[in-house]
Amino acid sequence: MGMIEAILLTVITAATPLVLASIGELVTERTGVLNLGVEGMMVMGAAIAFAATQVSGSPYIGILAGIAGGALFSLLFGFLTLTLVANQVATGLALTILGLGVSGQIGEPYVGMSGAKLQPIEIPVLADIPFLGPLLFRQDIIFYLSIALVFGVNWFLFRSRAGLKIRAIGDNHASAHALGIHVIRTRYLAVMFGGACAGLAGAQLSLVYTPQWVENMSAGRGWIALALVVFASWRPWRVLLGGYLFGAVSISQLHAQAFGIGIPSQFLSALPYAATIVVLILISHNRRMTLINTPASLGKPFVPDR
Amino acid sequence: MRIELEKRANPSRLFSILSPFLALGLTVVAGGIMFALLGKSPGAALHGFFIEPLLDVWSLHEIAIKAAPLILIGVGLSVCYRSNNWNIGAEGQFIAGAIAGSIVPVVLHDWHSPLVLPLMLISGMIGGALYAAVPAFLKAHMNTNEILTSLMLVYIAQLFLDWLVRGPWRSPDAYNFPVTRDFAPEAILPELVSSGRANLGFAFAIIAAVGLWFMMRYTLKGFEITVLGQSERAGRFAGFSSRRMIWFSMLLSGALAGLAGVSEVSGTIGKLQPIISPGYGFTAIIVAFLGRLNPLGIIAAGLFLALTYVGGEAVQLTLGVSDKVTRVFQGLLLFFVLSCDTLIQYRVRLAFSRLGRGNEGGAH
Repeated sequence: MGMIEAILLTVITAATPLVLASIGELVTERTGVLNLGVEGMMVMGAAIAFAATQVSGSPYIGILAGIAGGALFSLLFGFLTLTLVANQVATGLALTILGLGVSGQIGEPYVGMSGAKLQPIEIPVLADIPFLGPLLFRQDIIFYLSIALVFGVNWFLFRSRAGLKIRAIGDNHASAHALGIHVIRTRYLAVMFGGACAGLAGAQLSLVYTPQWVENMSAGRGWIALALVVFASWRPWRVLLGGYLFGAVSISQLHAQAFGIGIPSQFLSALPYAATIVVLILISHNRRMTLINTPASLGKPFVPDR
Repeated sequence: MRIELEKRANPSRLFSILSPFLALGLTVVAGGIMFALLGKSPGAALHGFFIEPLLDVWSLHEIAIKAAPLILIGVGLSVCYRSNNWNIGAEGQFIAGAIAGSIVPVVLHDWHSPLVLPLMLISGMIGGALYAAVPAFLKAHMNTNEILTSLMLVYIAQLFLDWLVRGPWRSPDAYNFPVTRDFAPEAILPELVSSGRANLGFAFAIIAAVGLWFMMRYTLKGFEITVLGQSERAGRFAGFSSRRMIWFSMLLSGALAGLAGVSEVSGTIGKLQPIISPGYGFTAIIVAFLGRLNPLGIIAAGLFLALTYVGGEAVQLTLGVSDKVTRVFQGLLLFFVLSCDTLIQYRVRLAFSRLGRGNEGGAH
């Protein structure tokens, strides 16, 4: 395998959790709910997936457990913000703080253990294509899922009836309610979808990216995923683009260190965070475009009148 | 069964006082269940967590030491949150303040003068404020979301501090340990009373809290903060500028977080090292909400969360539970605080069937 292929492979591995968490949050935000707890749900998914893999011996059970864990954990956010109409920003922060604590407890017995790395699945025929084959068709199931989810969400949001309802709720929940759409129920489902995706992203971290449990191993990726949704202006395709761009930036530090570039490693590690800020500035300094793209009811509480 | 909310005509006075206590009670119950699940006696664990630290002088000093940064940062954040500016990067501003405040004792370590400490405190505040100025500028002039930018800056500050203490500022006589020189005695924040370690930082915290309480309650600025936070449009009609408020609240909270940072390294640690905070900047968010964004309430909330740090360390030693318990406690507490706050604005009722909804009356 050539050098370029090797580098691109690491980019794909770094980008997959970002794409997954962002595509889930995108659906949540399209219904007008801002869940800042992505980091917490992701790290919970990582801990649960790793623990379940160790207990069951199968990384696939680990993946399912990570998805379920993320979705269940997001219900806590849903209950507070949707049923009790708590402030979404504060509740999202609470979810992150709690997730970092609880995942630390779940993962504690597994610190230092080496995990079972998820094996790649070869897709016959396609895997033999030169260059592209090993990159795209000899990957693990989570990568295939991430691509399928981007396709699926794009189709769902813009080509299906349910997707139209979701966008209607996100743009004006009062009108959607008046039309008889179940605002709260849809939002619950969307929050859980976001949680499931973040949980899957976490599972990728602890089963593929670095197959072990390290406390706080999400390392801000949940927050970067939130920024990616803004970057993508709430469009699924752009999540894919942004995810891979950021994957490349975050992995570049490792390669730069390998090449022995004389920049302190801390500065290279800070690159993805600095890049996030720069990208946010570029995307949002145009007030009108931001206003057009943002779901109009994003972050606003809704109590159905009766 | 479903939960239905009915908006109160006026916010409930009773629940605005009761809700933090309700949240505390629920957290303690949930904590007891958690200890039982971990196979520890809930009674002993809760006693060790919440009562024992209050019984000896040493732990009381530790509580004051940990409450100081929580209160300082928390009151600054309360001004931000009241005015709808979501600064969640206080941890980064804390570190920036600590670094800026350490310039004098580290770089000019041969300069012995009574001016050292005041200069450190001032430069710490400036450092924190400048670091908060970045998200403030980006929000006020580039329309960039302050939640994400202020948080990204936390990671950058942590990495920068790590580089400093491993690189240019590493002490020549620390055998390659990543620490700076020990601060000279005149760069150390004096102790408050002779009985223990609690330092002037706690006094700063109380002064800041009382000062901001006065500002929020009796001055036009306080009114401006509240109005702009509740309705930007109404604030504009009153001639208040939301852009200036972004600057004011962010710089103020940044300066206070910076002061907390320099107080921590000067009073408690005595040098710079890679990790200088057990997450004070994030815990202070919980403090701000538990104190209901009221500076006097934040003093009480800060003391309580400091107790969870000290109590957490205590049960770690006596019962052998992990240090993660403290963070779980703190996270649970914030959840309960946010849920109980619903009771202030809404009447909550459980509806057991759809038929029962006819006789509710129409007070929306």
